[in-house]
This record gives sequence, C-alpha cells and structure tokens, in this order.
Amino acid sequence: MASTAAVPFWRSAGMTYITYSNICANLVRNCLKEPFKSEAIGREKVHFSVSKWVDGKPQKPTIRSDTPEV
Amino acid sequence: MFRQATHRLLTRSTTTTTTTTIRRVFSTEVATDASSGDAAFIESWKKVAPNIDPPKTPSQFMEPRPPTPSALPSKLTVNFVLPYAAELSKAEVDMVIVPATTGQMGILPGHVPTIAELKPGLLSVHEGNDIKKYFISSGFAFVHSNSYADILAVEAVPLDRIDPAQVQKGLSEFTQKLSSASTDLDKAEAQIGVDVHSALNSALTG
Repeated sequence: MASTAAVPFWRSAGMTYITYSNICANLVRNCLKEPFKSEAIGREKVHFSVSKWVDGKPQKPTIRSDTPEV
Repeated sequence: MFRQATHRLLTRSTTTTTTTTIRRVFSTEVATDASSGDAAFIESWKKVAPNIDPPKTPSQFMEPRPPTPSALPSKLTVNFVLPYAAELSKAEVDMVIVPATTGQMGILPGHVPTIAELKPGLLSVHEGNDIKKYFISSGFAFVHSNSYADILAVEAVPLDRIDPAQVQKGLSEFTQKLSSASTDLDKAEAQIGVDVHSALNSALTG
C-alpha cells in the first residue's frame, strides 16, 4: 500500500526538515543589513569537540568550529 | 472538582458494552494536578503508606495550562519565540496572520486548535490599529483551544532590517543555480534559495 501523503520537494531529495529549516535561516541571515547581519551570524557560530567511544575509552576528538583557527 | 477527575479515570477503564463510545478527554479539559495533586494517586498512596507524605509529581511544580474559557475571549494571547529570544511573551492581540505552508492563515480569538508548519514569509501581528510585521524563515504555529497561539520561528526579522540589494543578488544567483543544478540535492537547495529570496522580495515590496 503506497503512501499517498504529498512529500515536500526537499524531503523527496533526501533532506530532513532540520536541514531545510537551517538553510532557510542562513539565507535570511545573509540578507540582513549590517550590524544585524554580523550579530546574527555571530550568534549562530558553534565550536565543539566530538569523540567517539570504543570499549569504554574515548578516541581522539575532532574539533568542529566556525571560529577561524588562530 | 477532583471527584470529577477520579470519576473520569474510572469510566475510561470500563470500555465494555456501551452504546456510546467513551470519548477520551483532551488534556485541556481534565482537572489538572496543580497544587493539590492527583486525588486517586493520593488515595491509593495513603492506603499503602499512611505515615509518609505522598511525593509530589512533576505536574504539581508546573503552572497549570490556562483553562479554556466557556465564552469566546476577546483577545488572542500570542507567544512568539525564537531560539535565542522571546519576541512576544503572552501578548494580547486582536489577530495574527502567519505564513503557513497552505497559505497565509489568519488566527483570531476562538480559532480552532491547529498545528501549522510555516514557510518563509511574512508574519503580521495586529493590535488595534498597529500592525507589526516580521519576516520568518520557517517554523511552526500552534493554536490552542483557549485562544493561546504559540509561534515558533528559527529567524524572525522586522522588515526594515532586510537589505533589498542582497535579496536581489541572492534571487538571481539561486535562479541561475536552479537551472544549472544536476543532482536532486543541488536542485532542492537551489529551489529553497529561490523560494526564500522570492518570499523576501514579495515581503519587501508587498
């Protein structure tokens, strides 16, 4: 029994709602006037470190960051 | 009020031969735990452990949901929130027009409970003769039966903060990307770009 619910174009292209929403938000932020634009972009910067755990021990962490390396 | 709650809980369990189907009550209609706690639970607790005070449930710490008034309220209470700030918090307004995926939807006091997904577009808050307009990137609008509307958006900007030159540039850039896109994902991204920029454009000009 095929599902008859109409899927949005981004869903059928393999994108999730969160990705779609974040793309929309980024596009809107890029169209702002200064100083609001730098304020908005600065607000959304992230900087975090992720490490996978194997056998109860953390592996080497990877750092994901929007701030440029000094 | 709590005798009513236990009565409802008991009738819910007896689903045997009844000519009318037992209607499940909405959370807004059931008497809340509030400060005194759920009567049935306290009764059964006292039977088992009469000397210990019954524990408080999480709902007792929460503010109870504002009840559904029997008469139609005159104002809509709007909570317009963003991830980083609350634009409007329990603001009493006359009407809100939200850009739902199914089109511009007007929400008045007494609106039927709705969950609407929002598309990039214009949100306007009408209070008397003032209209405040915001451009929303995407989000959701929840209308509750007690004339409370919760509008959640990822980005919401007043129209005067939008740069028209950037909008035009973005629109032409994405229209061009759309025609040259190859994979489904590229096409989808370009289409999103075109949608957002044309919505921005019409918000600025309209």
